[in-house]
Amino acid sequence: MSAIVEVDQLTRTFGEVTAVDHVSFTVQEGEIFGFLGPNGAGKSTTIQILATLLPPTSGTARLAGFDVRKHAVEVRRQIGIVFQDPSLDSRLTAEENLRFHARLYGVPADVYRRRSEELLAMMGLADRRRSLVATFSGGMKRRLEIARGLLHHPRVLFLDEPTVGLDPQTRAAIWDYVKRLRDETGVTIFMTTHYLDEAEHCDRIAIIDHGRVVALDTPAALKRGLGGDVIYLRGPDLAGLAARLKQEFGLDAEVADGRLVIRTADAASLAPRILAGVGTGVESLEIKQPTLDDVFLSLTGRAIRDEEASPTDSVRAHARMWRNRR
Amino acid sequence: MTNGLNAMYTIWLREIWRFVRERERIVGMVGQPLLYLLIIGKGISATMGIRGAPAGVDYVTFMYPGIVGMSILFTSIFSAVSVIWDREFGFLKEVLVAPVPRWAVALGKALGGATVTTLQTVILLVLAPFAGIRLTVGGVVEMLALAFLLSLALTSFGLAVASRMTSMQGFQMFMNFLIMPLFFLSGAMFPLTDRVPAWMRALMHVDPLTYGVDALRHALYTGPVLEVMRAAQLVRFDLWTDIAVLAGLSLALSAIGTAAFSRAS
Ligand SMILES: Nc1ncnc2c1ncn2[C@@H]1O[C@H](COP(=O)(O)OP(=O)(O)OP(=O)(O)O)[C@@H](O)[C@H]1O
Ligand SMILES: [Mg+2]
Repeated sequence: MSAIVEVDQLTRTFGEVTAVDHVSFTVQEGEIFGFLGPNGAGKSTTIQILATLLPPTSGTARLAGFDVRKHAVEVRRQIGIVFQDPSLDSRLTAEENLRFHARLYGVPADVYRRRSEELLAMMGLADRRRSLVATFSGGMKRRLEIARGLLHHPRVLFLDEPTVGLDPQTRAAIWDYVKRLRDETGVTIFMTTHYLDEAEHCDRIAIIDHGRVVALDTPAALKRGLGGDVIYLRGPDLAGLAARLKQEFGLDAEVADGRLVIRTADAASLAPRILAGVGTGVESLEIKQPTLDDVFLSLTGRAIRDEEASPTDSVRAHARMWRNRR
Repeated sequence: MTNGLNAMYTIWLREIWRFVRERERIVGMVGQPLLYLLIIGKGISATMGIRGAPAGVDYVTFMYPGIVGMSILFTSIFSAVSVIWDREFGFLKEVLVAPVPRWAVALGKALGGATVTTLQTVILLVLAPFAGIRLTVGGVVEMLALAFLLSLALTSFGLAVASRMTSMQGFQMFMNFLIMPLFFLSGAMFPLTDRVPAWMRALMHVDPLTYGVDALRHALYTGPVLEVMRAAQLVRFDLWTDIAVLAGLSLALSAIGTAAFSRAS
C-alpha cells in the first residue's frame, strides 16, 4: 500500500474562524478513511481543499502525488465526490445527469453505457433512469450522486456525510455497497460522518474537533485506548463481593451508583469466570464495551451529539433543509 | 484543448436539453413579446402613424424587429442567470470539480444561451405572419444569424454580472435598473431620429441593443421600402456598421464574461 492522500500542516481560515487548523495525516490507497467530528469541525472544508474547490491558507495537500494547488486539473481527474449538499440537476433525468458527467470527464461512450447500467442497477435505480430527478426521494438522489461520483473510475471517492437523512435500510445498503466497491475495485474512500455507528465501518478514523485532528487510528485501537471494557455487577452485598473479587481474581472493583464497577481489557471472557467464582453473590451482570462516543467524550470532554450548533451552523442547516425540500 | 472543447460542448448540450424540456418557459418567453406586439403594436397603429414611414409600414411592422430584439434580450439574460440558480441548487459544484478549464464552462454556457435564444427566435419568426408581417427566406436567415450574434454578446454580459451575484434579489435589481432601460432605449418602440432629445439620443447610441434592432430592421425590409426608411431615419445605421458593432461587442463581452466567471469561481 502507498499513500494516496498526503496532508501536511493544512490550515484554512475564514476571517476570524480557523476552520482547519494545522492538520496532518495520510490516507493509504484502498483504505476506507473516516473523518468523524461534530458540526463545524472542519470536515467539509478539508474535503473542499482536497477537491481543489477551496485554496488552503497554508500547508500542503497532495493527491496521488499531485499538489492540489498547483495541479488542480490533474487532482480533479483522480477524484469523485459526493457533496454534503445536493448537486444534481433536478430538471434532467437520472440518465441525463450521468451522461452529462461522463461527457465532462471524457468517459468513452461504450464505457459509459456499460458502467451506467451497472451502477444504476447496483443503486436500485435502473427502472427510474428516465425519470426527472425532481421526482426522486432524498435517498434516491443520494444514491444517484454516489453512482455519478463513481462513473469515471476515480481513484479516490470523497463522500461528505453520504447517508445523512437516509433511512436505516438505505444507509446499510450504501455501506454494503461502499465496502464491496472497495474490495472489488480498490478505490480509496474518504468519508465524513457524525454518525458514530457508521465510523465503525472505516479502516481508520480521524477524530476532528475545532479544526484539529485529536486522534487517528483504527476504531478498535481507539476504543482500546480508553482502557477497555467495563463490567457492572449488582447484588445484595457489594462490599463483600468486592472483597471476594480481590481475593479470588486480584481485581480492583469500586462501588458507584449502587453497582460494582470492574474495568478490564476483555469482559467477554472474564464475565463467565466471575459468575463461576462468585456467582452466588451476583444478582445481575452487565457488560459495556466502549463506543466511539466514549472515545470522543474522553478526547474532547463533550459528547458528539449534544454539541450546540453555532448560529452560522444552524443557518446553514436551515438553508440545506430549504434546498432539500425543492 | 480538445478536453476544453469537449467540455464546452457538454455544457452547451445541457442548455439544449433543458430548453427542450421547459415548455412553460418557452411559452412565457414567446408570449410576453407577442403580447407587447399585439396590444401595444395594434393599439398604436390603430390610432397613430409613423412620421416618414413608407406605404405599407404601419406601427406593428415597425415594432416587430424591436420585439424580436426584446425577446433576444430577455432570453439571453435569463439564460445567463441560470448560473445563479446552478449555484443556489448546488449543480455548479459538480461542474467546477470536473477536470475541465473554467473558460470552457463559461463559453459553453454563453454559446448554449445564444443557441437557445436563436431557437426561441425561430418560434417568433414562425408566428410573424399571424401579426401581418411578411418575411422572406433570406430575411429569416439573416435575422437568425443576427439573433445569435446579439445573443452571444448579451448572454456573455449577463454571465459577467451573474458571476458576481449570489442572490436572486440582487438580480431583480439589476433587471429593473438595467434591462428595461436597455430595451426602452434600443429604438424598439420608437425610432432613433434627430427629433429625439439629444440626451436620449446619446444614451440610445451607447445601447448595444440599438444596433441589434437596427440590424434586424435591415433584415426585415428590403429594396425601396428600406431606402425610404433609411431616409426617414427609421433605420438608422448602415448594416455593416451594425454588424461590426455587434461582432466587436460579442468578442469583447465573451472575453469579459469568461474572465469574470473564471475569477469568481
Ligand atoms: N465559506 C465559508 N465562509 C465562512 N466560514 C465558513 C465557510 N465554510 C465553512 N466555514 C466555517 O468553517 C467551520 C468549519 O465548517 P465545515 O463546513 O468544514 O464543518 P463540517 O465539519 O463539515 O460541519 P458539518 O458537520 O456541519 O457539515 C465552521 O465554523 C464554518 O462556519
Ligand atoms: Mg460538512
